[in-house]
Amino acid sequence: MTSPHRLVVIGNGMAGARLVEDVLARANGDRFQVTMFGDEPYGNYNRILLSGVLAGTQQPDDIFINPLDWYTDNNVTLHAGIGAARIDREAKVVYGSDGRAEPYDTLVIATGSVPFVPPFENLAPTEPAHGPGPYKDGVYVFRTLEDCERMLARAADVKSAAVIGGGLLGLEAARGLSGRGLEVNVVHLMEHLMEMQLDRDAGLMLQKSMESLGVKVHLGKATTGLLGNGSVTGLQFKDGSTLDCDLLVVAAGIRPNVALARSAGLEIKRGIVVSDGMATSDPSICAVGECAEHRGLVYGLVAPLWEQTAVLADRISGRVEDKVYEGSRTSTKLKVMGVDLAVMGEKQSRDADDEVVTYAEPGRGVYHKLIVRDGKLVGAILLGDTSAAPALQQLFDRSTSLPESRASLLFPMGDAPAQLSAADMPDDAQICNCNGVSKGAIVGALRNGCKTFKAVCDATRAGTGCGSCKVQVKAIVEAVAGDNLQDDPAAHYYVPGVAMAKRELIGAIKDMNLRSVSQVFDVLAAGREDPGSKAGLASLLKTMWGNDVVEERDARFINDRVHANIQKDRTYSVVPRIFGGVTSAADLRKIADVADKYNVRMVKITGGQRIDLLGLTREQLPEVWKDLGMPSGHAYTKAFRTCKTCVGTEFCRFGVGDSTALGIAIEKRFQGLESPAKMKLATAGCPRNCSEATVKDIGAVAIEGGRWEIYIGGAAGAHVRKGDLLTTVDSQDEVITLTGRFMQWYREEAKYLERTYDFVPRMGLERVRAVIVDDAEGIAARLDADMQTTVDSFVDPWLEAHAPVHPSQFSQVLEPAAVPVAVEVRASRAEALAFRGAEAGR
Amino acid sequence: MSAVVGTHAAHQVNLGSLDRIPVGEGRTFAIDDLEIAVFRPRSGEVFATQASCPHANGPLADGFVGNGKVVCPFHAYRFDLATGCPEGNSCAPLTTYPAGVTSAGDVVVTLGGR
Repeated sequence: MTSPHRLVVIGNGMAGARLVEDVLARANGDRFQVTMFGDEPYGNYNRILLSGVLAGTQQPDDIFINPLDWYTDNNVTLHAGIGAARIDREAKVVYGSDGRAEPYDTLVIATGSVPFVPPFENLAPTEPAHGPGPYKDGVYVFRTLEDCERMLARAADVKSAAVIGGGLLGLEAARGLSGRGLEVNVVHLMEHLMEMQLDRDAGLMLQKSMESLGVKVHLGKATTGLLGNGSVTGLQFKDGSTLDCDLLVVAAGIRPNVALARSAGLEIKRGIVVSDGMATSDPSICAVGECAEHRGLVYGLVAPLWEQTAVLADRISGRVEDKVYEGSRTSTKLKVMGVDLAVMGEKQSRDADDEVVTYAEPGRGVYHKLIVRDGKLVGAILLGDTSAAPALQQLFDRSTSLPESRASLLFPMGDAPAQLSAADMPDDAQICNCNGVSKGAIVGALRNGCKTFKAVCDATRAGTGCGSCKVQVKAIVEAVAGDNLQDDPAAHYYVPGVAMAKRELIGAIKDMNLRSVSQVFDVLAAGREDPGSKAGLASLLKTMWGNDVVEERDARFINDRVHANIQKDRTYSVVPRIFGGVTSAADLRKIADVADKYNVRMVKITGGQRIDLLGLTREQLPEVWKDLGMPSGHAYTKAFRTCKTCVGTEFCRFGVGDSTALGIAIEKRFQGLESPAKMKLATAGCPRNCSEATVKDIGAVAIEGGRWEIYIGGAAGAHVRKGDLLTTVDSQDEVITLTGRFMQWYREEAKYLERTYDFVPRMGLERVRAVIVDDAEGIAARLDADMQTTVDSFVDPWLEAHAPVHPSQFSQVLEPAAVPVAVEVRASRAEALAFRGAEAGR
Repeated sequence: MSAVVGTHAAHQVNLGSLDRIPVGEGRTFAIDDLEIAVFRPRSGEVFATQASCPHANGPLADGFVGNGKVVCPFHAYRFDLATGCPEGNSCAPLTTYPAGVTSAGDVVVTLGGR
């Protein structure tokens, strides 16, 4: 057996630790003996998130990627808190600062950067007794967790801070300190902020946003020295002016940390020069990350760094020995002082042939700039509103030809969505820009058995950088995994008491031919009858079996036991069905008579265009229904409720479609249809939309030419959402067919209590359209047939007025028996708290 | 804590046939001025508690029953039927009453005493 390959890594920061992870992920751990040197006395943390620690939005513990246990668990020897002091290339040995020797077969240098601190006057401590560092008390750089902690300790006791440097790091420091209640001044040598990433206009806009948040910005200021004896008390500028401060952060840039490599005689320019194979001038020594210079470029963003470690890991592990790194296209999404910013590619036009598209809205702090060359996107700055960034990122990454209307890139118009829903994105769309994780990789992880959001993130690293893509990752995971996702496994059970997702549960119920809720508990939940799961199971069984279900009324909510809506005083409300909100004098008279006869306490016109009789007792319900002689309006249950209509063509001067006839037809067809959550529908006779059809679960809007637009997933309750246009059809019949098809699919696929406004976005509009309109899954005919069966099986529940399911169905309160005492009883037993009826011969 | 204290006051009340309560449900019984909820879970036991939920006076007899618990229909507060103890909420415990079924199939509850 060959001895393991000795891999020594200098640096335990984001690049070094990542490289080791990448190697271990690609190769059997036994093949490598990994040793790491790390200056800092702990595991590996996410340096990007230090600004969150400074701002107090994250705890130090939260930003660790690999705690010390990880190294032990993976047989990685970490010399934590011990830097590398010297490399002996001849002997292939690295010496630690404590004198230890570590021989290597391959050495990787990942020493990152060091903060650049200009030689200001009066920077050093006046007396050695002051402070541990090389600087005066109260002066900090912003690079490590320790820097952060020291800064915070001082920030607690002082009032004002100055930050030298108006780049990303300086602004993050300013944000953190400002959030801690300090008065913060940013001092910048250049003429606008973040000149590395932003053009002048964007820089000035960002400055305004920052100033509105209370941070003062001083541009074109050259700092020459520090004021104060023991501690810093202010800054001296070249123009003669000064600025008071109790705390100073120097964020004037970073430099590749090349000292060790230089003393080892490796080729150095700005950084350690590496080949496309990430090797330095010594083939046994490689370098990655901020210390490396590749094709003349040194990268300071995390995404390129991780592309580099992936390439190097492929080579070291032997998975792809000749893998090459060809440089990175840089783009980044970040939050500066709470302001969203996305930048990619070039920030200035190169020549007059470049097309520059800009949009500025100073009032909102929004600035957009696109640089287009030969019809392709080569650069973009999005400040203040980054909603167009994902779409632009794809166009940028793939050099896709742009649409003729450049405005549509920034402002989605008409049917061309710039924001693709999770289900619609192509597999090669990059989701996590920190780690370069594509949608395809996320889908792959799910297919390979990842069952939770966290497992997907762990496996692909998506969302583990800056975290800004987590929402998108989650959306994809949910769209792909659907009910199989197990965040917290129980959260994805259809009901809490049966450990199965909906599809699995449906499969089991079918396989075992379970027809009642108690059977489901007996067979699938070990006989444990969870009261909180009964209603969901009853709804599902009814959807699956229709009238062949074995109904158990105790599994129904009280409203569904008595077909009325219980009120806070235990009375009930009765809402008879008024199809499409169209009634008659005769029906109104009947309702009025009932209201009189039963002393109804309130007669209320509902939002769904019908009439609610409130304050009835349970005992009165059967008689009320009989007197009304109208079917139930199902205003009490998880079902299709009503179809609101407008006057349509019959009377309205503007109507272009007969919305009343359509609404009545819909309500007649689907009345009482049970579903995972309630469904409110509407039809509108013209685009004026008086019946508010665009904010209904399903809405149909007539447009000129006899056509109907169908909207789905709308809401105007606690949640407000404009419905998505599913499709436009030519006839009322088609509206009814597609409505039924969508309802049936929703009944089968939705989680219990999941309204369409959550269901449609979860499935993705494109998928819904594919299934319902285009029949891409070939199930339309089956859905239609199942819906027809359900429609045919409808029975008005109010007929139970004539045939109650139990003599006490409508009894609110029972009286004791006339015979006072049951003497011959097992009195002793009767005194037990709970008594086994089974033993009493039930 | 029981609503009626003192063994001397203990007496049994016949609530009539168990069949008046649908299987798996509960019903409210009015005994003079006292309302109690009597439950007939599918497990075969019989339980009796105070009729109203301490939270907002919901009719407990109309709640979901299972696994020895009742869930109030108003706001889904949950209680243990045997002990009356609240589960996952900070309501006062329900008053419970010993309950059983005679060989003739009548429900008998014991009021007062313990």
